[in-house]
Amino acid sequence: MPEITDVLIAGGAAAPTSTPTSTPTSAPAPAVALDLSSWTCPAPLRDQPRVVMGHGGGGAMSAELVQHIFAPAFGGPVLAQLGDAAAVTLGGVRLAFSTDSFVVRPLFFPGGSIGDLAVNGTVNDLAMSGARAAYLSCGFILEEGVEMSVVARVAEALGAAARTAGVEVATGDTKVVESGHGDGIYLNTAGIGLIPAGVDLRPQRVVPGDVVIVSGAIGVHGVAVMSVREGLEFGVEIESDCAALGGLVDAMLAVTPDLHVLRDPTRGGLAAALNEIAAASGAGVLIQERSVPVPPPVANACAILGLDPLYVANEGKLVAFVPREHAEAVLAAMRAHPLGAESCVIGEAVAEHPGMVVARTGLGGTRVVDLPIGEQLPRIC
Amino acid sequence: MCLAVPGRVLSIEERDGTRMAEVDFGGVVKEVCLEYLPDLRVGEYAIVHVGFALQRLDEQSALQTLELFASLGLLQEEFGDPWALAADHGNTWAEDDAAAAAAEGGRP
Amino acid sequence: MKYIDEFHDPDLARRLLDEIHATVTRPWALMEVCGGQTHTIIRHGIDQLLPDGLELIHGPGCPVCVTPLEVIDKALEIASRPGVVFCSFGDMLRVPGTDRDLFRVRSEGGDVRVVYSPLDALRIARENPDKEVVFFGIGFETTAPPNAMTVYQAAKLGIRNFSLLVSHVRVPPAIEAIMQSPSCRVQAFLAAGHVCSVMGTAEYPALAERYRVPIVVTGFEPLDILEGVRRTVRQLERGEHTVDNAYARAVRPEGNPAARAMLEDVFEVTDRAWRGIGVIPGSGWRLSPKYRAYDAEHRFEVSGIRTLEPAACRSGEVLQGLLKPHECEAFGTTCTPRNPLGATMVSSEGACAAYYLYRRLDAAPARLEASPVA
Repeated sequence: MPEITDVLIAGGAAAPTSTPTSTPTSAPAPAVALDLSSWTCPAPLRDQPRVVMGHGGGGAMSAELVQHIFAPAFGGPVLAQLGDAAAVTLGGVRLAFSTDSFVVRPLFFPGGSIGDLAVNGTVNDLAMSGARAAYLSCGFILEEGVEMSVVARVAEALGAAARTAGVEVATGDTKVVESGHGDGIYLNTAGIGLIPAGVDLRPQRVVPGDVVIVSGAIGVHGVAVMSVREGLEFGVEIESDCAALGGLVDAMLAVTPDLHVLRDPTRGGLAAALNEIAAASGAGVLIQERSVPVPPPVANACAILGLDPLYVANEGKLVAFVPREHAEAVLAAMRAHPLGAESCVIGEAVAEHPGMVVARTGLGGTRVVDLPIGEQLPRIC
Repeated sequence: MCLAVPGRVLSIEERDGTRMAEVDFGGVVKEVCLEYLPDLRVGEYAIVHVGFALQRLDEQSALQTLELFASLGLLQEEFGDPWALAADHGNTWAEDDAAAAAAEGGRP
Repeated sequence: MKYIDEFHDPDLARRLLDEIHATVTRPWALMEVCGGQTHTIIRHGIDQLLPDGLELIHGPGCPVCVTPLEVIDKALEIASRPGVVFCSFGDMLRVPGTDRDLFRVRSEGGDVRVVYSPLDALRIARENPDKEVVFFGIGFETTAPPNAMTVYQAAKLGIRNFSLLVSHVRVPPAIEAIMQSPSCRVQAFLAAGHVCSVMGTAEYPALAERYRVPIVVTGFEPLDILEGVRRTVRQLERGEHTVDNAYARAVRPEGNPAARAMLEDVFEVTDRAWRGIGVIPGSGWRLSPKYRAYDAEHRFEVSGIRTLEPAACRSGEVLQGLLKPHECEAFGTTCTPRNPLGATMVSSEGACAAYYLYRRLDAAPARLEASPVA
């Protein structure tokens, strides 16, 4: 177990506030008048006057925040694609452009740190567009009182991850917030890279018959982080799978540029990624549960806490929808790459149940794998 | 109310006068309170719910149950319904042993 | 995991299913009591694999679903207070109170923490002597001994800044209430295995006899559920109504005597309101007078709670098996998992949430009409 530094703030599963404020702040007046009448679902954000943790979970609530507040306020045609990275054309050159923020607790966990995540998260978002990340920006939000040695460790990790990924941090920014507001360190990275010619990766390209391939075992990162999170500690031989996937994607594109969509299943896990693709493409997705690789420590940790590995975060894996005629060759190329050695086919896109993800269970029954609503929490029941 | 999983006791110690154990769940090790199973020994299995061992898991019984499942449909033709035999018998043989021991004034 | 994975074996499941199919000659309605069992059934698609006439009614065995609204509102009120650290199992965080849930309280500045074990809450109390730590003590007989031991430890170690908001419920009175309902359709019960690990099986023969229902103590893995169903339909087909232990590896007739002794010391039986059902006499536990000092309801004067269930919510009828979720007017329209009106839509094993998933699947257009726009 890595040494846990003093900045770890005692808290629950993900509690940024360690002390309750003495008086709640008054609700800020909305900057724009929101047109609520066009909302079709009965009571989406109307009954949520404040942000709750679920809005950051990568599931339905996060999507609603984007759909009902962000997109109407500042969205344009590029944002409307809602991919992990944006594909833009500038001066005749096709670029992928992406940003990601990192708020993980604890800052250091088995197999990595917030620094590694900050690089690999954005590198991977760009890789999912087929682009090799060329340059990153990096913003640090530091809490007053954080130990300098911790900042140094995070910076070291970030640098090492950037060198491994072959990407350069070109620009950055630093801010300091008052003690009690930053939970140690928050990071944001943004990145750009060139999209190779002939590559067009987005969910809208998925057609029934596409083969769904995952690049390795799932649930590893989430379990590694949970194992050192206060209140849930357990001993387990699992390290985060945090890794830069640019090389793996290059190997896949070398077989054919005509892959349909790639997604890295981070928050919300494989379930969230598959649901987003199904919803955006209009295709159904059918997976065989028995084919989804889950390492025993992940399965067992999830069994103890009552979690479903399909919903647990990954940081060094991708899921690909590959045209059927190329599936075998792409799978072979993935398996030949160190980060894809355990790649396997887990299912296919289908014409049935459009927009929904269904799993055939080990027993031969079926279950709907729904989009997670907020955070997945340990249960007793 | 019922999420409980079986784990194997690796070690036992007293802490603040409370019997605690390190329990292994297929490679995941967690600290568990053993106060409710004062006779549980290292190497034995217990059903654990929210950090507490609530009942010893009877390994022999588990294996017998699985064997009976496996013989379903096969024994039927040869020896009659194994389930009738088991149901009529009532307890597992392990439970019988325990009941007999208790009757003799042994542990529960 | 050993003694879990073996009970997922698909070949053995097939054998059990074949037995069930071969045994059933007419429709039957079984109720599985425990939410954990409902979870397994949905998770593995078991109810689709059973014979068509065999109906599994999802029972009220989920603390998320049945914790009274008043208790939820008290929890929210206490959790909102400055200086309080409110600890809870994860299950309870999304349960709607009259106008909010624990997530909302956290967003408003409340210190709400998810814990895996009540002992974690006690540790938080020891580490934060300036805070009042309250643990949300919900659950059935399985969770009561851990909660009891925690209070016992608090008293023994003299930890004063710790208290329990108790809302424990007991299964046998619930079974009784369900069977006494005039429109009850339940013909047999799969009893909650881990409840019986603690309490033993002594409370059930009288119920089986009085209401002439088979009661089969059932575990939680897929093969356990199938075995419980198999033994139950066998009794039903034969016109029998006895108590049978299909979870022998974890259940003894006497249960766990040490745990039961602690329960008798720390708790006392009380009437308890079940959300959506109403008061069931003697169906709950509260802290005994000896431990009243650790009772959060006494420590925090919580008055002026005005509970208000959404008028449209009929989860009580669903919990008793009187109404199927899709027969409720609000189902899928004003009440969805994203915007639940009642607890049965919040809980991942709540009957309404379960039906919602399958309804979406059944109602889905059969096939894509046209290829997606490139």
